[in-house]
Amino acid sequence: MLRVRDLQVAYGPVIAVKNVSLDVASGAIVSLIGPNGAGKSSILNALSGVAPLKSGSIVFNGRDISRMSAHQRVSAGIAQAPEGRRVLAGMSVRENLELGGYRRPAKEVRENIGKMEEYFPVLRQKSKMAAGSLSGGEQQMLAIARGLMARPGLLLLDEPSLGLAPLVVRFIFEFLERLRDEGQTILLVEQNAREAMEISSYAYVIESGRIVVEGASRELRRDAAIERAYLGLA
Amino acid sequence: MSVFIQQLINGFFIGSVYGLFAIGYTLVFGVLDILNLAHAAIFTLGGLSALWLTRTTGLPVWASFCLATLFSGLLGLVLYRVAFAPLRRRADSNLSGLISSIAMAIIFEAGAFEIFGARTVRFPQGMFAVRVYHFDSLTFTSLQLEIVAIALGLMVVLSLCLKHSRTGKAMRAVAESETTARLLGIPVERIISETFFVSSALGGAAGILFGLYFNALGPDMGRSIELKGLAVIILGGMGSIPGAILGGIAFGMSEVLTVALTGMSSLRDAVAFSVLLLILILKPSGLLGRGRIRQA
Repeated sequence: MLRVRDLQVAYGPVIAVKNVSLDVASGAIVSLIGPNGAGKSSILNALSGVAPLKSGSIVFNGRDISRMSAHQRVSAGIAQAPEGRRVLAGMSVRENLELGGYRRPAKEVRENIGKMEEYFPVLRQKSKMAAGSLSGGEQQMLAIARGLMARPGLLLLDEPSLGLAPLVVRFIFEFLERLRDEGQTILLVEQNAREAMEISSYAYVIESGRIVVEGASRELRRDAAIERAYLGLA
Repeated sequence: MSVFIQQLINGFFIGSVYGLFAIGYTLVFGVLDILNLAHAAIFTLGGLSALWLTRTTGLPVWASFCLATLFSGLLGLVLYRVAFAPLRRRADSNLSGLISSIAMAIIFEAGAFEIFGARTVRFPQGMFAVRVYHFDSLTFTSLQLEIVAIALGLMVVLSLCLKHSRTGKAMRAVAESETTARLLGIPVERIISETFFVSSALGGAAGILFGLYFNALGPDMGRSIELKGLAVIILGGMGSIPGAILGGIAFGMSEVLTVALTGMSSLRDAVAFSVLLLILILKPSGLLGRGRIRQA
């Protein structure tokens, strides 16, 4: 579904991502893991078209989208749920959801809001409240639901576990598995390597802007040396 | 006592025009975090072009009002394309945008000066039937009522659009976070252009109403309202639409009350701006600001 080759991202003279190549198969959860500042979010933002792409190609469903603007990419089927605190805090929960469906017809948006409120009933209860007044976990749910409102072929998720209590993290990850079972393709960026490897089928370990290890999540988890060297799990 | 109430009413009338002017100012500030200092020049050109349309084409006032408002909106698009868009990708675009908007203001004013001349001009006598109403000792004209109705009406329509329309919601999203808006698939450049169009159309409409109210227009008419508009949006809270409306009316009333109470019209601006200073000291975020202090 997604095929990225030799992706380079540079902010002025600072190169944040070097020669990253990765693939995401339809219906899979693929994770990008690695320490803070490794360039994981830059990769997602380059896919979304909001980070400066220096070189490389991004092919999505057979189309090269690397020259498209951010909103064209959303139309093409790539939506991002940025990390939780990036909801539109001053706008209501419902308005956040509506804007997530900005590029969809109005009738579909209404139906989808109903669906999101079934996934996360709290979003219905707090529909009229300012998104900024929600708890961290609720904001994360809103960010994911808002991403889904675009009905993306590929959902990009940036650090859904960031700053959340373990129980909430569990809930979010179980939800992601449910989404995958319903056929949603997900590219997941996580610092929380153990959780991410548990739900993903394939993983890339990013360090200093490049891929240092990649493989099936199950095998990476079994490899003690990788755990110690890159994941800090041992 | 009735003089006092009469003055309050007059202040309300002119304050509604200040509010209409300021609402466009604050709209652009809210979305781009940039002060558009060419807003007053658009105000001037809006008023002068409406007058020109009325005098040379013989169109009825309402038709020239609509056309000149549209023209002001288009000027806003030119303004954005020339003065702001090329600078947006630079790190210091807030300051350079401010400066380039001053440059555009000067260009617009020079254009107005060349085209319309330096003299103060008026709408032709008998253009519209003005009726005078008396209630007890209070007096106001049908023209004043129409002006305040149009100003308030435009402000209400804008507020409703921002609250409920798809584009209005997108504008608010861009105002909160441009990056998040782009991630949601909102075409940010187009939304900003539309914001400039709406802001400038309202600024132009304010210029026309101002010209009708005082029946005097000239290439320098923007000067007097430029600082007042800035004061109004600081008073109301930067970026706040209801704040701009309330601030405009409060400012208009404080002006006329000063004259009414002291009898000295030279004190008008001094007192109005003293009120502004006081508000800044007591409530730095403005009357309806969101608590967070703007460094403007």
